[in-house]
Amino acid sequence: MIAFILRRLFAVIPVLLLVTLASFLLMRLIPGDPAMLIADISASDAEIEKIREQLGLNEPFLTQLLHWYGNLLRGDLGESYLLGRSVTQAIWERLPTTLSLTLLSFVLSTTIAVTLGVIAAVKANTWLDQFVMSFALIGVALPNFWMGLMLIILFSVHLGWLPSGGYVPLSEDFWGWLRTCTLPAISLALLQIGLLSRITRATMLEVLQQDYIRTARAKGLSKSKVVGKHALKNVLVPVITILGISFSLLISGSLVIETVFSLPGVGKLLGSAILRRDYPVIQGGLIFVAVSMIFINLLVDILYAWVDPRVRY
Amino acid sequence: MERHPFSTPIGWRGLFRIISERFLKLRNSRVARRALRNSLLLTGIGLFTFVVLLGIFADFLAITPYDEVQMRHRFEPPSAAFPFGTDNFGRDIFSRVVYGARISLQIGLSVVVLSGISGVIFGTLAGYFPRLDNVIMRVMDALLAFPEIILAIAIAATLGPSTANAIIALAVVYTPRTARVVRASVLVIRQMDYVTAAICAGATDMRILRRHVFPNTMAPLVVQLTFIFAYAVIAEAVLSFLGIGAVPPTPTWGNIIAEGRNYIREATWISLFPGLAIGITVLGLNLLGDGLRDVLDPRMKVRHG
Repeated sequence: MIAFILRRLFAVIPVLLLVTLASFLLMRLIPGDPAMLIADISASDAEIEKIREQLGLNEPFLTQLLHWYGNLLRGDLGESYLLGRSVTQAIWERLPTTLSLTLLSFVLSTTIAVTLGVIAAVKANTWLDQFVMSFALIGVALPNFWMGLMLIILFSVHLGWLPSGGYVPLSEDFWGWLRTCTLPAISLALLQIGLLSRITRATMLEVLQQDYIRTARAKGLSKSKVVGKHALKNVLVPVITILGISFSLLISGSLVIETVFSLPGVGKLLGSAILRRDYPVIQGGLIFVAVSMIFINLLVDILYAWVDPRVRY
Repeated sequence: MERHPFSTPIGWRGLFRIISERFLKLRNSRVARRALRNSLLLTGIGLFTFVVLLGIFADFLAITPYDEVQMRHRFEPPSAAFPFGTDNFGRDIFSRVVYGARISLQIGLSVVVLSGISGVIFGTLAGYFPRLDNVIMRVMDALLAFPEIILAIAIAATLGPSTANAIIALAVVYTPRTARVVRASVLVIRQMDYVTAAICAGATDMRILRRHVFPNTMAPLVVQLTFIFAYAVIAEAVLSFLGIGAVPPTPTWGNIIAEGRNYIREATWISLFPGLAIGITVLGLNLLGDGLRDVLDPRMKVRHG
């Protein structure tokens, strides 16, 4: 197992290098001169030249790249043009919001999706199955930011049950946090529920065909016990493999959802950075998300190998 | 006496059969018969065709021009004159959604074509020439490490807001996904006896790729491209919503929703209808993709109970 983990860790290094290199090169594609963007409109040529010097833009390409990697290793993602603080600090301050939203949504979507998928598989080809699967198809088809807007209309404007925006940190007030995060978490979860319930159903159907399920039924166990104890465990194994994809979708989704519900998270930070052309924040956010994804996927791989020893080849 | 095909009620299935037999000459094809029995595929084709027709005939359907400002008719709820209502400039939402169909589909199609072509090139090179495999696929892995929407947003934000840049950003994001599918098929096909036979017969690499490998990669690629079309429609909406897609007043479903967001309480209809349009398109494409997968490659068929 340790050899497996070490092997996976080593395999991550080239991907990390390429991902960061891609992010570095992407920022070279910015049309025009970054120094002009930072400088005032009235800045003289000499002032712009000074900013170029400060940013190291006059150095040779390779020196810039090495310098940039050096900073990256120290966790320095550069300075925001507009926020008056480092990108790392800006992300760090907003991370708890995004994390708590993502986790809430993750718990919601996984429990609902697995339940729905199991029900659909057990009642395969009945009206209940068709209803659940149609719901899943529609959940995948509708864009989540639009679902967010529609949920605001329904639950905040018409019913007045939940607030349409704003944020109460989890550390201050649990119920306040839950009230402000429920609608965003549901809009994020719908896509997940659609994807995951279809996969759960397909896997469950496969598992229910197995010999050991027939044996368990034959020795007199009730259907619910067989499904709950024997089948469900084996269904969860393939479900783990797509957890990485789930997190990736939740994080990308939170970017837009935070803008819709004006939650002060990393997504909102990126959203406003895009509008205001705050390139270091865009780049930093991109790297931060990609690197977190690489490690989450690594974790999922290890988890998978732990649950299913056949994978450890 | 020969019966005229339209003398009895034929229904959708019959119509598809006539089209496939008379016009596409698929009478004896096994694929065609499987397609006709697949209700997912037929529903998908129906929904998607509906949206495509909206886009093609936008000029005839939208009586009011999509950018005509009528200040007397601001924020009018859906009515006979304005079936989907009007926005803050008194523009007809129905016209905007119908023209939005044209633009969103054009963007989706461009992304499909571009990522299809580059995916075939990279996937074939990686799958057929082992020496290139490692280099190409590591770069593709690096691109795959980014969540797709976030990479598309970063590229589009860097290049600046425009329809062309949104297309480029999405094509870059989806290329690794097509390349992987093509590479996987090429790896299998390369081992086939007919390829060995072609090599023995003295065929050049180009000829083998063109005549033997490429045609056999098409089925899984088409399935993948159908799903990419669906993702691209949603991703384009996200980009437009964030203000880095097509520039207003060009209507895309995403930026109509974005514009309606400010008036969501008083005039929900502005954002409601483009969202439904996205839903119908994506649902149609997803059903089409699922159906095509079942029809073209029964081995991959997900058991339906």
